[in-house]
Amino acid sequence: MAESVSEGQSLIADEGLDKGLDRLTPDKIEKTINSILKNETGARLKTYVSTCIHCGLCSEACHVYLSNHDPACTPVGKIKLTIWEILKKKGKVDAPFIRRAAEIAYTECNLCRRCAMYCPFGIDIAYMISIVRRICHRLGVTPHYLQDTAQSHSATFNQMWVKDDEWIDTLQWQEEDAQDEIADLRIPIDKEGADIFYSVIAPEPKFRAQLIYQAAVIFHVAGLNWTMPATPGWDNSDMCMFSGDNEMMGRLKKSHFETAMRLKAKKIVMGECGHAFRSVYDMGNRWLGYSEPPIPIVHSIQLFSELLRDGRIKIAKKYDKTVTLHDPCNTVRGAGLHEMIRMVAHETCEKVVEMHPNREHNYCCNAGGGVINCGPPFKNKRVENNSIKADQLKDAKNRGAETVIAPCHNCHGGLEDIIHTYNLDMELKFLGDIIYECMEKPEE
Amino acid sequence: MHAVYNFVSGPLVWVSFILFFGGSIYRIVSMAQMAKKTDPVVYHFWSLKYAMRSISHWIIPFASENMRKHPAMTIVTFAFHICLFIAPLFLFAHIILFKASWNISWIYLPDTVADVMTWIVIGACIFFLVRRLTQPEVKYVTSFSDYVILAIVAAPFITGFWTYHQWVGFRIMGIAHILSGEIMLAAIPFTRLSHMLFFPFTRGYTGSEFGGVKHARDW
Repeated sequence: MAESVSEGQSLIADEGLDKGLDRLTPDKIEKTINSILKNETGARLKTYVSTCIHCGLCSEACHVYLSNHDPACTPVGKIKLTIWEILKKKGKVDAPFIRRAAEIAYTECNLCRRCAMYCPFGIDIAYMISIVRRICHRLGVTPHYLQDTAQSHSATFNQMWVKDDEWIDTLQWQEEDAQDEIADLRIPIDKEGADIFYSVIAPEPKFRAQLIYQAAVIFHVAGLNWTMPATPGWDNSDMCMFSGDNEMMGRLKKSHFETAMRLKAKKIVMGECGHAFRSVYDMGNRWLGYSEPPIPIVHSIQLFSELLRDGRIKIAKKYDKTVTLHDPCNTVRGAGLHEMIRMVAHETCEKVVEMHPNREHNYCCNAGGGVINCGPPFKNKRVENNSIKADQLKDAKNRGAETVIAPCHNCHGGLEDIIHTYNLDMELKFLGDIIYECMEKPEE
Repeated sequence: MHAVYNFVSGPLVWVSFILFFGGSIYRIVSMAQMAKKTDPVVYHFWSLKYAMRSISHWIIPFASENMRKHPAMTIVTFAFHICLFIAPLFLFAHIILFKASWNISWIYLPDTVADVMTWIVIGACIFFLVRRLTQPEVKYVTSFSDYVILAIVAAPFITGFWTYHQWVGFRIMGIAHILSGEIMLAAIPFTRLSHMLFFPFTRGYTGSEFGGVKHARDW
């Protein structure tokens, strides 16, 4: 602890970060940092830094600090170890400093923005950490696994190296499987003029293909006019947004929006993912110059709540295990969908118990913001740095919760590891899982 | 002594007022102009309604979750900031000076009330100091400049109290009081005391983003 007080958490070996350092020279570091500070930052950064009174009140916000009580892991502690130093030294920092800053920015902060709600001045600390990530990206010092995902985005426009024919094959495979259950079900591919362009993140076709099956069943029963594209642009995820590769972030969003426009869809519905939603209504759209997405975009949480509200989906038998709700940062603190999650849960489940704190004050899963995408080297740290979430889950369990509903892919990954490591023995579900399981389906 | 007194209570007052008012206007205007160039997003998403919604939750004691989590800090901070403004502005001894110079005056506080408020400011500064020295998460981000800022704020109140009660050496303390007050005023726009100027903008912008774009509370 004594060491961590001065330097933060101990460094973890990572091929991307370590090899990235070999390519750095003092000159390159200084030039890159100053080019970013000069061309990409300004009044906001300056105001945030000169307004912060170093009160430490943001500490209360951060699940990492609340889990490990390391002062270097408070939001302001992370800023001290990165931005303050960079500004103080006017970019003349050394390679080990960049190594440390990269690890902090990529693996000890989820950009969950809870601290902006706890800072009396509303200082957007996540924005400053994003600047650190941007610097690290431009210096080529990014975690290996995260960078691999970003490369996949660049090469294939999806984050999992899914090939174009594999994508179509997966949709047809899921359609055929679902036809065993509902004979006339279709997964309409590349249909023009549909009401809904349904997009997912690449882990769905890669290893959670049943989610596409389930969505198809829900849409079919609800009688929706929908489609999925046959071409790149189907993946709505965006790890480039988190690696600091803003240019690529923008290209991914453009491809997503334009694919929906090519098919003349009325709106995009996105699967149960949080960061992808952030990328379309907050980050990527702005990079492209849109204050809002150029085509209406709805998250699955909202679609599900509307289908239930309008009676287009009816519940045959409510889910009988007690459930608790995990509020994903990007759709709750980031998009205000928390009451819709509750509406769907109450419509579909017998008993719902709340975790505390909840809604906007939820604790992050510690997987978001690209942290889980930094891969196995950082897994243990990620799980240990979120014991507060384990406590929160345990408390819900003590009040009867057997199932955790988390309508977000990253949250699923993070919570799965927490549940396993802390032996919580709880089941994890998406809203779509519960609806599919409990809804009325046409008889054979 | 008289020459020094005349200097600090004459030309230096003007210097400090010019630095404070001029500096504050300069900081805000130059930041606003810079934001137009570098961060137009702030103008685009700024919403008066949501800015006010957020600000109101952070200027009312215990209206935000974090304030409820730190009751002692909340009480001390509010008492500190209120007394910091009210005591000097409505102090009889200060108003007398305005009356003598420009023949203007306004309501003033009974001296005992001003005394208590001064104690509150000094006590709060001690609280902040102890907090900086003992709370690990605060200590970690505390630098020398934070102590200097605290001293800049505490000094006019300590010296003023001393002077008013005419304790030993109060004449020198009187000069120190005027000087330290001037230093504090001049320091506001150019140090992190500028949080006084920027609070409405940082809080308001985050409130606008949370309310207008993210449909969420930020308190």
